[in-house]
Amino acid sequence: MKEIFEILEKDARTTPEQISTMTGTPLAEVKKAIKKAEKEGTIVKYKAMINWQRLGEEQVQALIEVRVQPQREVGFDALAERIYRFPQVRSAYLVSGTYDLAVLVVGKTMQEVAAFVAQKLAPLEGVQGTVTHFLLKRYKEDGEILEGKEEVGRLPLTL
Amino acid sequence: MEGVISLGVGEPDFATPWHIREAAIHSLEKGYTMYTSNSGLLELRQELVRYLRAAYHLDYDPYGELLITNGVSEGLDLAMRAILDPGDEVILPDPCYVSYPPCVLFAGGVPVPVPTNPENYFKLDASDIEARITHQTKAILIGYPANPTGAVMSREELAQIADVARQHNLLVVSDEIYSRLVYDTWHTCFASLPEMKERTILLGGFSKAYAMTGWRIGYAAANAEIIAAMTKIHQYTALCSPIMGQMAAIEALNSGEEEVERMVKEYDQRRRVIVNGLNEIGLACFEPKGAFYAFPSISITGLSSEEFAERLLLEERVAAVPGSAFGQCGEGHVRCCYATSLSDIEEALRRMGRFVERHK
Repeated sequence: MKEIFEILEKDARTTPEQISTMTGTPLAEVKKAIKKAEKEGTIVKYKAMINWQRLGEEQVQALIEVRVQPQREVGFDALAERIYRFPQVRSAYLVSGTYDLAVLVVGKTMQEVAAFVAQKLAPLEGVQGTVTHFLLKRYKEDGEILEGKEEVGRLPLTL
Repeated sequence: MEGVISLGVGEPDFATPWHIREAAIHSLEKGYTMYTSNSGLLELRQELVRYLRAAYHLDYDPYGELLITNGVSEGLDLAMRAILDPGDEVILPDPCYVSYPPCVLFAGGVPVPVPTNPENYFKLDASDIEARITHQTKAILIGYPANPTGAVMSREELAQIADVARQHNLLVVSDEIYSRLVYDTWHTCFASLPEMKERTILLGGFSKAYAMTGWRIGYAAANAEIIAAMTKIHQYTALCSPIMGQMAAIEALNSGEEEVERMVKEYDQRRRVIVNGLNEIGLACFEPKGAFYAFPSISITGLSSEEFAERLLLEERVAAVPGSAFGQCGEGHVRCCYATSLSDIEEALRRMGRFVERHK
């Protein structure tokens, strides 16, 4: 079963028929497993990974360190939720170390991102401080190298 | 020629895993650019001893029973030159890897092919070997998992060959370069069979398992007398294997396992796709259990394997290797390497399907 999801994670467009052949699992079983995973949220979503840099689209991302005051009973979760519900927040993680939440924010301009941090994020009750790191270049994302992928130059015929 | 999909290669489509390349870069930065001992770096030999012990419960002495070679290619040549006197016969399977018969001939020996066939999954039958033994027979040369057929032999089947070797006092040269690439089965190291360590020259390497073809690092493990003879020839002809490759090989053995398993899993998926696809388009193909080759029969087309390969290339731009390149018994087959991307395999199958439709 695990193999089915590994294949889909690598290429979401792999068909159940292909997966069935690749893994030697009966087609009906593959289809059933996928359906079940979709229903239960194991498969969260199918989407394309776009390299916006190539389209010359201006897109600003910032990684924001957030220090927060944990709250009674709900710990970090309640405040984290107030943060991650903003659509500008692309990813949000609770982390160990010198700060608590790592938040990836996306905007069209630096001003837009800065304004979001200053007006929405930092003033939230319980937020003790933020440090904003603007992303300058994306080399690799989700295991994929974005630019300058290496080609393996093999001879066409070797015995 | 543009737009050719090649199923004709004999190497992984992965580049060497980054941690291995990075270790080699580091070793260059530190100035490891010299000759090594003729036998190879002691650390690498010790790592290999550990590996062979863990994998097969084999105990080799790193100081006399191991030699680092420039790939199995050199190891094979050294082995033949070390053990053969002019006129000595070496029994080997047909079809087999292209180097086997020439290496025997270079050393003054006589290759004695034993036919194998798809009905028996291209396995070598012990009784067929026995039937070809003469007073001149010196050794049996085998290579499983096999190039070009993908055949794998079980422990029991190999044990029968071991019996023949014991009874007739023969050496066995076992090319196990594809040992890590087996699917739904286990690899048996020939030297690990009872009493076989003494009479086996085990040849192995890093090219296929770790995607390190260009580094040219292999090894030979055998009894001290044979390794001494092989080392003598190696000393005069190669001196030593490149040190950067040896440093990389140490890293591969130390922490390459995860990457090997990742690659094997991918090959296995591609294997199922190509075998299934070849059978669907009418090129009957038995299930190869090892290496990264499918070896389908092309008899449905009535073409010779050379005609098939040439026309397939010209008409559909798919490269495959004619089976006749690997011996008489390879005729009627082509070797298709599936160490290439799934999308290329699928496109190649579509093109081959069209080709077979036209020629059957």
